[in-house]
Amino acid sequence: MAEPRVDPPIAMLAELTHRCPLACPYCSNPLELAAKETELSTGTWARVFREAAELGVLQLHLSGGEPASRRDLEDLVRHARDAGLYTNLITSGIGLTRARLEALVAAGLDHIQLSVQGVRADISDRIGGYRGGFDRKMELASHIADLGIPLTLNAVMHRHNLDDLPATLDLALTLGARRIEVACVQFQGWALRNRAALQPSRDQVDTAKRIVAEARDRHQGRMVIDFVPPDYYADFPKACMGGWGSTGLNVAPDGTALPCHAAQTIPGLAFQNVATSALVDIWYKGPAFMAFRGTDWMPELCQTCDRRDIDFGGCRCQAMAVLGDPTATDPVCRKSPGRATLDALLAAEGEGGAAPDFIYRRPKPPVPA
Amino acid sequence: MTPAAIPVLPRGVRLHRDKVRRAEVLLGPETALMLDQIGAVILNEVDGKRSVGEIAGDLAARFGAPADEVGADVVEFLKGLADKRLVDVTHG
Repeated sequence: MAEPRVDPPIAMLAELTHRCPLACPYCSNPLELAAKETELSTGTWARVFREAAELGVLQLHLSGGEPASRRDLEDLVRHARDAGLYTNLITSGIGLTRARLEALVAAGLDHIQLSVQGVRADISDRIGGYRGGFDRKMELASHIADLGIPLTLNAVMHRHNLDDLPATLDLALTLGARRIEVACVQFQGWALRNRAALQPSRDQVDTAKRIVAEARDRHQGRMVIDFVPPDYYADFPKACMGGWGSTGLNVAPDGTALPCHAAQTIPGLAFQNVATSALVDIWYKGPAFMAFRGTDWMPELCQTCDRRDIDFGGCRCQAMAVLGDPTATDPVCRKSPGRATLDALLAAEGEGGAAPDFIYRRPKPPVPA
Repeated sequence: MTPAAIPVLPRGVRLHRDKVRRAEVLLGPETALMLDQIGAVILNEVDGKRSVGEIAGDLAARFGAPADEVGADVVEFLKGLADKRLVDVTHG
């Protein structure tokens, strides 16, 4: 079979650090958090940004952890803009001040994506595991509006806050957001560990879909609403990363280049590091990026499916997490033999009684010498 | 969107010459829209000063095309972007 033509990536997510003042139990970071000592230097990131732009990356997302935990964030933004990248900051807002916002704007920051954990201090601070966080976010949001920085509100939704969706949309409008991402938790990383505590009910999901559809009509031309539904309740899998190794890549704080957030949960993949390998080689020839690129890796069910080029077999990490087999059809798919396993999980967790306590995202305590 | 409407690219939305793909791209929040030739021509006229009608009139004259057809195309294209908050509209 002919080699699939590989297009250049459009987006790169740079996880500048795993340090974060919040401890959200659905964090997409891996369970093994990278220590500060292993983080890439300013100069290495600057080189990687230039390589990314030359490779064809257009959008750079500066993320974490909390990217503001890096004292050189303003310099990193300047390097990114100098490289010609559209530069988006994904932040909890904690650690930013008006003065830092002004410096980021001066450095060329294009856009801010501000996360909210809830619409009131009680739930927001409980989910984030950080007292006073909500008030600080709201204060920062007022500075963002005052400085005219384009804003997307990033609302991560789950069992404990999905019923607040109308108030969440209202909050985004009040803060002057041009966009809101209503992102239902995807079960990878810490969210997978907390799945039983976070899984919404089918009623919650159906209501949320109706609210989103109505709100999209009502706010057209004023606020864009992106909705990521909880995929366990879907009939077909999400087109994860738009297809493995096809449109974007992630770089972890220590420089490990990843096809997606959770790729390190798949055993046997060999990852390269941007500190020692050229990004162009990693993208076009890296074994981890080649592993599930195209359609050759797919099981017969996906190869012959009319949705093959729509959802690309779904999420490899989800097949791994639920079925223990990264080459299986995503168990969300109604045609998948693994769907019964997913349905059993939903029956046990989604409609279950009291939710278990959260396991908060925290770095492991250092091992005594 | 009326002919008197004045389109402008809001802060955080900009045109970019993509050297790798050899295309004009409209960059915005979570957006990288590859423009065809017509889209690129229209957006290069958007300056926050001239109205939709004036832009359409200029383009019709430049390409020798019927003004009403060009006007309809320009309105449809910019309205689609305005719905996504990639173009803002003021009324001068």
